[in-house]
Amino acid sequence: MKWGVITFPGSNDDVQAAYVLEQLLGETVVRLWHKDTQLDGLDCVLLPGGFSYGDYLRCGAMARFSPIMRAVSEFAAAGRVVVGICNGFQILCEAGLLPGALVRNRGLSFLCERVHVRVEDAETMFSNRCRRGDVLDIPIKHGEGCYIADEDTIRGLEAKRQIVLRYADAEGRVTQEANPNGSCGGIAGIRNARGNVFGMMPHPEHACERLVGGEDGRKIFLSVIAAGGVVADPIASKVVSGP
Amino acid sequence: MRVTVETALQHGLTADEYARIEAALQRTPTIEELGVFSVMWSEHCSYKSSRAYLRGLPTSGPRVLQGPGENAGALDVGDGLAVVFKIESHNHPSFVEPFQGAATGVGGILRDIFTMGARPIANLNSLRFGGVAHPRTPYLVRGVVAGIGSYGNCIGVATVGGEVAFDPGYDHNILVNAFTLGVVASDRIFRARAEGVGNPVMYVGSKTGKDGIHGASLLASAEFDADSESKRPTVQVGDPFTEKLLLEACLELMSPAYSDHLVGIQDMGAAGLTSSSVEMAGRAGSGIDLDLSLVPLREQGMTPYDILLSESQERMLLVVHQGSEEVVRDLFAKWDLDAAVIGHVTDTGRLRATWEGRQVVDMPIAPLTDGAPVYHRPAVEPSADEGARLVLRELTEPRDYGQVLLQLLESPNLSSREWVYRQYDTYVGGNTVVRPGSDAAVVRLDGTQKAVAMTLDCNSRLCLLDPYVGTVSAVAEAARNLAASGAEPIGVTNCLNFGSPEKPEVMWQFQQAIAGLRDACLAFGTPVVSGNVSFYNETEGQSIPPTPVIGMVGLLEDVNHHVTQWFKGEGDAIVLLGRNREELGGSEYLAVVHHQVRGTLPWIDLDIERRLIRSVLQAAREGLLRSAHDVAEGGLAVALAECCITSEGGPHLGAHIDELEGGIRADALLFGESHGRIIVSVRRRHLTRLREIARREDVVMTTIGEVRGHRLEIGDLVDLPVATVRERWRGALERTLAGSPRE
Repeated sequence: MKWGVITFPGSNDDVQAAYVLEQLLGETVVRLWHKDTQLDGLDCVLLPGGFSYGDYLRCGAMARFSPIMRAVSEFAAAGRVVVGICNGFQILCEAGLLPGALVRNRGLSFLCERVHVRVEDAETMFSNRCRRGDVLDIPIKHGEGCYIADEDTIRGLEAKRQIVLRYADAEGRVTQEANPNGSCGGIAGIRNARGNVFGMMPHPEHACERLVGGEDGRKIFLSVIAAGGVVADPIASKVVSGP
Repeated sequence: MRVTVETALQHGLTADEYARIEAALQRTPTIEELGVFSVMWSEHCSYKSSRAYLRGLPTSGPRVLQGPGENAGALDVGDGLAVVFKIESHNHPSFVEPFQGAATGVGGILRDIFTMGARPIANLNSLRFGGVAHPRTPYLVRGVVAGIGSYGNCIGVATVGGEVAFDPGYDHNILVNAFTLGVVASDRIFRARAEGVGNPVMYVGSKTGKDGIHGASLLASAEFDADSESKRPTVQVGDPFTEKLLLEACLELMSPAYSDHLVGIQDMGAAGLTSSSVEMAGRAGSGIDLDLSLVPLREQGMTPYDILLSESQERMLLVVHQGSEEVVRDLFAKWDLDAAVIGHVTDTGRLRATWEGRQVVDMPIAPLTDGAPVYHRPAVEPSADEGARLVLRELTEPRDYGQVLLQLLESPNLSSREWVYRQYDTYVGGNTVVRPGSDAAVVRLDGTQKAVAMTLDCNSRLCLLDPYVGTVSAVAEAARNLAASGAEPIGVTNCLNFGSPEKPEVMWQFQQAIAGLRDACLAFGTPVVSGNVSFYNETEGQSIPPTPVIGMVGLLEDVNHHVTQWFKGEGDAIVLLGRNREELGGSEYLAVVHHQVRGTLPWIDLDIERRLIRSVLQAAREGLLRSAHDVAEGGLAVALAECCITSEGGPHLGAHIDELEGGIRADALLFGESHGRIIVSVRRRHLTRLREIARREDVVMTTIGEVRGHRLEIGDLVDLPVATVRERWRGALERTLAGSPRE
């Protein structure tokens, strides 16, 4: 597959994402600058973690106005695959490509730690290499990762099977204690209704080697690769309305 | 404005120094020139009280590519790579404004590293706060930790380790020492030299504002008093986003595609534009002409004096080849950064600056650098304090050792630092092999089999009781921490935090610490390649405890040989390398349980330390070690407890200890802080080989027990569930800080 990894000013997990895709998974990676406007020939675009534009305003609020974001929206509208990790997730929410918003952690501090997330749905192109109920060990590192949305939106997410990952304990129980940032319903990763845009707060790119962070994050990337950049989910693909 | 001796005194200079200035210029300085002298001759920039002593430190060795004198030191680690590292203090700014003070401390040390062409891969920091009962402590801890996190996380450099200590001796003067290590191709290290007459001098990065004026001279080089709060405006404000852009732009400029355009580069840190231009010209023996009207400004109404002395952050000074200006400007424009030609290199040996066509500075450079004052200040050993003697038989032994162990593990200096380091991004960069919480941080070197290990160490209680032995102990502990992580110690940086050098007792402490640093570094073969001296850490006449923080870097030829401190497998043998002695002087136990800071420090023999380190490294390289942990603050019992509880993801295994040397008091056995000890665990079948290694190095080896179950049992003295021990230890710091009154 051919991936595009975007570098916004202030991105800092772009290098790691590209390293994992290229060096560990043998994928083709095109490095994109935030002023680029061409995404032709790519199968998937990845928005990496970091602090785009310093995130001095709301996280992602500036990056959504980067020149490349218009192209990303069109790419998504054409049914191509878009993945946002951490700051990338925040940008996708700010850009309206995913519903809801990410706000200050419940404890108000930045949190960097290993967490467990439970796979809520394995029939998505971002989780098809897992089984439903699998527990993945992947680190988080964010100050604003508390996912919120209004009740209707949350109900919609549940009904349309858009919730892909929830924070859980090692045994897969979704509890308050296992929820590091206060996210609504323990939500850690969602996709859009069409099933081709995905955002998650934990960092799978930092969990792809046994030596550094473990290997559970590979399953996320391998799922996208297995799906081949094509919207394969029969249920989600029937829903054509926006996010 | 007419300059007089009074003006000079207001600038922190002495009357003698002012007389020297007039002699050097053979006239009265302008106010701008006086400003330049005051910062360049400040203790912070000139090292005038310490320079004579620092000359005695060992600074050379086969790996040394750059010793002290540049922005940072550099060591060759093979595979065509060098590591560049340094530690610096940001103590006073952090006390006055904890968040910005700590944040800009991180920003400053990062610039020192990437100025040399190295990409920063790891931050560590050594923090010392006042007692937890002091009302200001929680506020300072929260601010400093958040400031460090905000800067490091945003710029995307992993914060992987360090130390946090509490002592009432820092109630009015906390210490924030920031360390950064970067990696560079060993033949591509850039230096800060202004060479080539006519070459343009370029300014890049943030615009200049009025922040931080006299940060180096008035804030960093003077003691505190009740008015220190009013110095808040001299604290700089950090912008990690701009620094991230500056980092990427500078590294791009120093990459093979562009580096032919660049002659020299230096960050504008303390004393801003003044020190960067003076130091670059000074190193090259050249001169610099500046037109201050060309400096990009953030605000109106700035005078040439302000422009010369501003400590606005995220700025660099470049010397480029003639004709390269456009290329450099375009490169920085890509990163949305200002780049302006503000002057050129001359052969005059002078710093000259104009502003709006008027000459405001025209002075020789030599008196500012090599000609700066060097003071041989008197050093006097304080008279022996009889109250400092410790008579063991007058010390009541506790009845319940389990409770004492829990009390120690919950105490501010021994409890888990998780609350601190979980606010730091430890993953970014993708190479963090050992995160905070083990003996040393281990970070893989991209594209190689190798890794570096890093640790910061100082026990200021020991240094207060005996600055020489205390400093030797700090170096030895750092070396043991590296060895216990599987890394061979290769070099040292240091941050020497002391009170006023004008006090003979403080100067004596300093002299002793330097002697200890020298002797220990010679013994371990670890050259001192960079460092920082921070004097005037005192408030209203009260000095901090002497605090020579040692930053030591180690190398693992094979990253797979790294070792962590926690037990790995049921049934593994627990082995003590080294000997227990009846020593309680200066211990954490004595302070926490008996409220005493006294006694003779534990005996230290550098030859034993060296042999211990060699044997642990050999065992690590042979893959024998399942875990290794240095015995330090809190002694053997605390170290054993840590082996059971510190693993982040578990399992948290118990230990059954039944073979402990008798003949010494139980409290000294459990909590004494004798040096030269490392606890390792190995598979039973590897005991024989380990014994051979220990015998060859003449290291005492005792199999003291085994990894077993979920209880920590030490003879008939301690028997506790591991889960309880971990729970009490883990949340203690957060509970303690929450329990203290908040500001």
